[in-house]
Amino acid sequence: MKEVEAIIARYPQGKQKSALIPLLHLAQEEFGGWLSAEAMDHVASILSIESIEVYEVATFYSMFNLQPVGKHVLEVCQTGPCMLRGSDDIIAYIKSKLGIGVGETTADGMFTLKTVECLGACGYAPMMQMGMHYKEHLTPERVDQIIADCYNHK
Amino acid sequence: MARKLLLEKAHVEGIRQFDVYRREGGYAAVEKALKMEPVAIVEEVKKSGLRGRGGAGFATGLKWSFLAKPEGVPRYLVCNADESEPGTFKDRYLMEFIPHLLIEGLIVSSFALGSNRTYIYIRGEYAWIVGILEQAIAEAKQNGFLGKNILGTEFDLEIYVQRGAGAYICGEETALIESLEGKRGNPRIKPPFPAIKGLWDCPTVVNNVETLAAVVPIMNLGAEEYAKIGVGRSTGTKLISACGNINKPGVYEIDMTISVEEFIYSDEYCGGIANGKRLKACIPGGSSVPILPANLLLKTAKGETRYMNYESLSEGGFASGSMMGSGGFIVLDEDQCIVRHTLTLARFYRHESCGQCSPCREGTGWMEKILHKIESGKGVSSDIDLLWDIQSKIEGNTICPLGDAAAWPVAAAIRHFRDEFEWHVNHPSLCLTQNYGLAHYADELSVVA
Repeated sequence: MKEVEAIIARYPQGKQKSALIPLLHLAQEEFGGWLSAEAMDHVASILSIESIEVYEVATFYSMFNLQPVGKHVLEVCQTGPCMLRGSDDIIAYIKSKLGIGVGETTADGMFTLKTVECLGACGYAPMMQMGMHYKEHLTPERVDQIIADCYNHK
Repeated sequence: MARKLLLEKAHVEGIRQFDVYRREGGYAAVEKALKMEPVAIVEEVKKSGLRGRGGAGFATGLKWSFLAKPEGVPRYLVCNADESEPGTFKDRYLMEFIPHLLIEGLIVSSFALGSNRTYIYIRGEYAWIVGILEQAIAEAKQNGFLGKNILGTEFDLEIYVQRGAGAYICGEETALIESLEGKRGNPRIKPPFPAIKGLWDCPTVVNNVETLAAVVPIMNLGAEEYAKIGVGRSTGTKLISACGNINKPGVYEIDMTISVEEFIYSDEYCGGIANGKRLKACIPGGSSVPILPANLLLKTAKGETRYMNYESLSEGGFASGSMMGSGGFIVLDEDQCIVRHTLTLARFYRHESCGQCSPCREGTGWMEKILHKIESGKGVSSDIDLLWDIQSKIEGNTICPLGDAAAWPVAAAIRHFRDEFEWHVNHPSLCLTQNYGLAHYADELSVVA
């Protein structure tokens, strides 16, 4: 709650709605990587705004997951610059390695695969986002390593 | 070796720390600026010729001079770090490697504009950079460059970092303001412009990261010296993020006098086309600006050398030129398929359209579908004309420039590579396994190389 108060204090009196996106990020990290209706309602009550104001924002921004996701979400960039450096092959490789399609989660709940649009890492393509970090210069070997690391640290 | 104003110290060991940055001459611009009248700083920035580095290239000093100053109403400076234009990753580089340069630029600019509460709106995916910036802010504060009564001048300033959450549209300044207010990123109808009615309806200036960082060398060198670097109305230095099929992708600081050919082939920059391939095409300023075939990229339609600056890159208008844009330099080699590449960009804009304006909301989806149809060997000849028709009806018919940004890449691809689209239509099965190749697009230089 202290962190929440510090965020709200960044804005002038009465403008606490500006804290909405930062609080949704916090809620998503706190509640298993996705935003349930209950989590969003809770954020609404903290900010003294209507739930609908939270839903309309949560549905607009692509980083907010409105369905449960795996422990690790692999978000592979597929826009032009990454495509030029082989992102299609990387996506195909991850699909076959994990046995899931885009938007799906592995049966053990470890991985969700998503394709995303440009993440601003074009010079280090192909790449994907995993949580708070970028994994760049991807090759099948590097993907193997990243996935193995996830299992080793679980 | 080109003169570096922004990244010169970016790789000094420990430069992310205040003490090291300070020892290397950092925060001198703040000390100088805070002894000046705010209006004099605005004049300096005007005289420097600095143009917005986010993509539009609007004169920064002029933008600053539009800021309304009603009595008793707070004014805000917002730094646009929502870097999302495909091909562009320069602001990320600057913030990651030399964060204090941005903080220093923000302090000077906030003082000049009278903002006591300044926000850095950073794209949500750059999550790890938030910590880097907040660390730099905390250090600047500990050392008296932020907070109350900065350097004894009675100027108070707090800087806050706000994370977005995945929306290209929030790079548009009014959408960014909406997002910062905790709403969907729907661009506002202008006027009123943010300079009159921006964040929480107060006068607001929104500037790109690189633009605000450039205020530091302008202060240190003086506007006149700064304006001597570069050429014509392209003063100072520009960060270019180079990517695609080149040997050395990365971020380069150029003074805008070098030729496109030198930028691509010199070992100081891109180091030539990767894997010994030939150059086919290039988008020189981020995905929204027109793609050019190699021959028109290196030389203008008049046969003159093309240079890496605002004027030269746009020489010939959209008929035979492009734009400097954000400096996102995307290179395509001979093996790349223009239809497929254009499809990924169309998909990007469909995904990123906020949905407010019908031409953009519907048109971007139609363009993606038709390009997908052509790319998968199911296109017919009239699809190419239909595609042209749709893009022409999006352009200029939307509240914000995303519509134009979505239309231009499609228009330019058809304008310069129509035969490749026709080849797809006429070879429905061959186009699934083979690429059209270079045809007549290659320049002489890349043919020799």
